Amino acid sequence: MIEIDNLTKIYGDTHAVDAVTMRAETGSITVIVGTSGSGKTTLLRMINRLEEPTSGEVRINGEPTHVEKPHLLRRRIGYAIQGHGLFPHHTVARNIAAVPLLLGWKKQKIRDRVDELLSLFSMEPAAFRDRYPAELSGGQQQRVGVARALASRPELLLMDEPFGALDPIIRAQAQDDLRRIQQRLGSTIMLVTHDMEEAIRLGDKVAVMDGGRLVQHAAPAEIIAAPATDFVRDMVGDVERPLRLLSLIPLVELIEDGPADGDALPADASLRDALSACLWTGRSAVPVTREGIVVGRVTFEAIRNRAELHA
Amino acid sequence: MAALLSPFMTIAANRIVAGESVMAWHVASPAETLPGVAAVVLGLLFGIPSGRQDLRLCGALLGLCGILWLLMQGAPALLDSAAGDYARVSPAMGFWCLLLILTLMMADALTQMAPGPIARAGLLAAVLCSLALILWSGALAPLSILQEYAGRRAQFADAVLRHLALAFGSLATAAVIGFPLGIVCYRRAQLRGSVLPVLSLLQTIPSLAMFGLMIPILGWVGDNMPGAQAIGIAGIGFAPAFLALVLYSLLPVVGNTVAGLASAPAAARDAARGMGMTPTQRLLRIELPLGLPVILTGLRIVLVQNIGLAVIAGLIGGGGLGTFVFQGLNQTATDLILLGALPTVALALTSAIVMDILVELAQPIPKDSP
Repeated sequence: MIEIDNLTKIYGDTHAVDAVTMRAETGSITVIVGTSGSGKTTLLRMINRLEEPTSGEVRINGEPTHVEKPHLLRRRIGYAIQGHGLFPHHTVARNIAAVPLLLGWKKQKIRDRVDELLSLFSMEPAAFRDRYPAELSGGQQQRVGVARALASRPELLLMDEPFGALDPIIRAQAQDDLRRIQQRLGSTIMLVTHDMEEAIRLGDKVAVMDGGRLVQHAAPAEIIAAPATDFVRDMVGDVERPLRLLSLIPLVELIEDGPADGDALPADASLRDALSACLWTGRSAVPVTREGIVVGRVTFEAIRNRAELHA
Repeated sequence: MAALLSPFMTIAANRIVAGESVMAWHVASPAETLPGVAAVVLGLLFGIPSGRQDLRLCGALLGLCGILWLLMQGAPALLDSAAGDYARVSPAMGFWCLLLILTLMMADALTQMAPGPIARAGLLAAVLCSLALILWSGALAPLSILQEYAGRRAQFADAVLRHLALAFGSLATAAVIGFPLGIVCYRRAQLRGSVLPVLSLLQTIPSLAMFGLMIPILGWVGDNMPGAQAIGIAGIGFAPAFLALVLYSLLPVVGNTVAGLASAPAAARDAARGMGMTPTQRLLRIELPLGLPVILTGLRIVLVQNIGLAVIAGLIGGGGLGTFVFQGLNQTATDLILLGALPTVALALTSAIVMDILVELAQPIPKDSP
């Protein structure tokens, strides 16, 4: 568990981060979202002490971070940034091995870990191990950057706009990969972004920052349904709110018995997918399948009623 | 072609007076000059069309052999024909122009062919070996410049050693001072703001003025500091020359060290810090390897610059090849000037090429990666 307690950073006379208190559960993804200048990156960088807080403290599993030497603390915390920050003169394997090397792992253990991570990120170890970063695509570089941050199985992974440099299609794929890998490894992640879409898509909890203050910290559905301030409402976007909300609700919630024609959707798809299918093909209901077997349908009517609940 | 039509050699009654010009085909009997002239003409014909680089290289080599042949045939023949024991023969306008043209052709062809660092090193060694072989064989001994050398064998060896000591010694000293200073400047922006302008001010002092300034300063130190004279510190001589060269070297060393260390991508430096590298680990593992080519480029600038500047050290009694240059100037003996100047040029060129090869070998990312 990560506890942030009254954390403040003052530059001159501006409060970059102003008395932020929040808590992130082990094994969850917390996304800190805000406009530029909101203090979100400063907040993140105070957790691994790339910035020293003016006051307040951070505790990781109950242990305050300020008692340890900063560089030793950072070796326990993964760090991935926008534009990956790979070392251009080191191979992919050596990049991923960076923290294990600092920690003095045995060679064989490092080699196994590198191969394990490359496979986890769907990169064939034999093909990628000895390449240099410049020989990889943007998406591959980003994956190596995240793999490097995860290499020593850190208690916490900090990510600063990790998908910022990717084009939209690759970004969506990278987000799905991160979700999948996080669930597989049970990592605790704190991620900074300016993109509310990304926050809603990835976060178990979303923390909205504005002018150095934490204005709302809640599950994505709550952020959309009940924005705490006008700023949060703007971030979510009024027009998009119903769609964003529907994208968070799985079909399972609205399954009913009855016939429906056309292509089926899996039960873990979202209401937004179902709505889209209805609109596109002019149907009033879509069949729902679970492990390939049709288990019922979701109607256009039901989706509309569900969306109205929050209006 | 015009170069071929201008006088190839001169012959003079002694080492001071102006000589009489001799055309390339008159330097010796026609039978002896013909192969040389033919080689030069053929070489130029092959070399000047810019289509095939290998052809251009062959042409240049052929031409160089040609002018060398003419020189080797011409020197003894002309000496025999001339009256007087003090007669001197030397290469003239035509020779130097042809040498320049052919060398340019060779350099151009080599640049286009872009050989790897190992091949370049081999080529350099081959050129130096053949040059040494030609000089050692004595085939050119009748030439005036080598006659000057013959009279000063011991002095020449001393001067070369002294020249190297000045150039490399000041480089090493500047590196020992400059690297740590560069690293500290890189870390602290404030210090960088005050150190670099001072060094760049030093760099702008004209070299003669700098050597001049050293004389009163070190003279005072030599006179007033006990023991200073005992270790050779005086207004003139080796110490002021050495010190001036060190001062000139500091800007390129410090400046390039700072620039080299800063050339690591910002994201990579941030990532290195974020993953828990200490400042020393960041320096050794990231910043230094990535900045090495730029740092070595600084050393290359310094070395070439110092080999040239060390000539001026001759003026303030610092020794080195400059001694011959200034003696020659005083005696209006051109060949004595050349005895100082040509080895300096050769040294500077050789060091530049060697340093370029080192810079290329220091590239942290293998070349074949796109």
